[in-house]
Amino acid sequence: MTLREIADLLDARILVGGDHLDIEVKTAFSADLMSDVLAFAKPGSIMITGLTNPQIVRIASIVDNSAILVVRGKIPPEETLTLAEELDIPVLSTRYIMFETSGRLYANGIVGCVRKIQGPESVIPL
Amino acid sequence: MDVAFLAEELGLTVRCGGDRMHREVSGGYVGDLLSNVMAGSKSGDVWVTCQAHQNIVAVSVLKEHAAIILTQGRQPDKDTIERASQEGIPLLITKLSAFEIAGRIYSLLDH
Amino acid sequence: MTQRCECFFPVEGGRFEDAGKVSVEVKKMLKKIGIPDDARRRAAIATYESEVNIISYAIRGEVHLQVTRDHILIDIQDAGPGISNIEQAMEQGYSTANDRIREMGFGAGMGLFNIKNCSDTFEISSEEDKGTHLKILINR
Repeated sequence: MTLREIADLLDARILVGGDHLDIEVKTAFSADLMSDVLAFAKPGSIMITGLTNPQIVRIASIVDNSAILVVRGKIPPEETLTLAEELDIPVLSTRYIMFETSGRLYANGIVGCVRKIQGPESVIPL
Repeated sequence: MDVAFLAEELGLTVRCGGDRMHREVSGGYVGDLLSNVMAGSKSGDVWVTCQAHQNIVAVSVLKEHAAIILTQGRQPDKDTIERASQEGIPLLITKLSAFEIAGRIYSLLDH
Repeated sequence: MTQRCECFFPVEGGRFEDAGKVSVEVKKMLKKIGIPDDARRRAAIATYESEVNIISYAIRGEVHLQVTRDHILIDIQDAGPGISNIEQAMEQGYSTANDRIREMGFGAGMGLFNIKNCSDTFEISSEEDKGTHLKILINR
């Protein structure tokens, strides 16, 4: 789905990134705890979260999320939106709760991220 | 649709459930911030979360959730299982992410 | 010609509003040097989790980034309570975070686990009441 289609489906407001609405989104990750996003989210996925602090933008930048979708009718504060503009990450907000948001997107063909970040490693406790 | 049916349909591992597996599931709530869950979830909801510590049980009891589902194969700690057993809250585990499991539950509820 | 770099980033304990600032900068820097996507992403994630650990638990710390011809080396040292049981702390989901930390979106207990998964080699040492030292190596 494109971001535009996602916004339409969820009656979402586009807070940042109005010129990026043709971005194609295939995967999504729903979380309030950011460590999970770091561990499991795929590049290009849309981050669905109830968190609104600037963290979400930094995390999105680190894992290469295509956009952030804030749920539960929350509007992130100015500092979050400013950072999103700076880092060029679209931010949307929907009134729907995370459960419904996930449900609707899933029903429309968006899939979850199942890959975990891999890297060959050895742990040496000192 | 009850918790037992949900667990069966979605291949969930039941860590404890006891005699509460026939509670009716009327909705779902996904979230890891306890304050949001307290404010937004409803009685009869299945609560999907990655939080595995024992505080989740108190929240579920207060909000009268039908069950708690932990995502990404997370294992609840011993204290959590004990409390959940005591309070009669079914504790289920899925290997899937919150997005995926919420998606499936949503479809089931819809029908 | 492959580029190298070396820099230090201080991190103040308790400054949750700053969490991620260093990692975002590290990622930008690595992109400028031409580090490929995957290595860059892994380095940023490892740095992020380390940053958050310092902010959540330590008094202060420092991230030392070094990029050589073949590797990205991230050395993190903090001054703080240290970790009493490293093996336990490395477990997925194990967390000593309080409710306040969790309400901000942190404390999932994935930090060290994520760092380990992102590294090609990883060393950790800690001394109670002194601090923790991480050495992360990622191949370019």
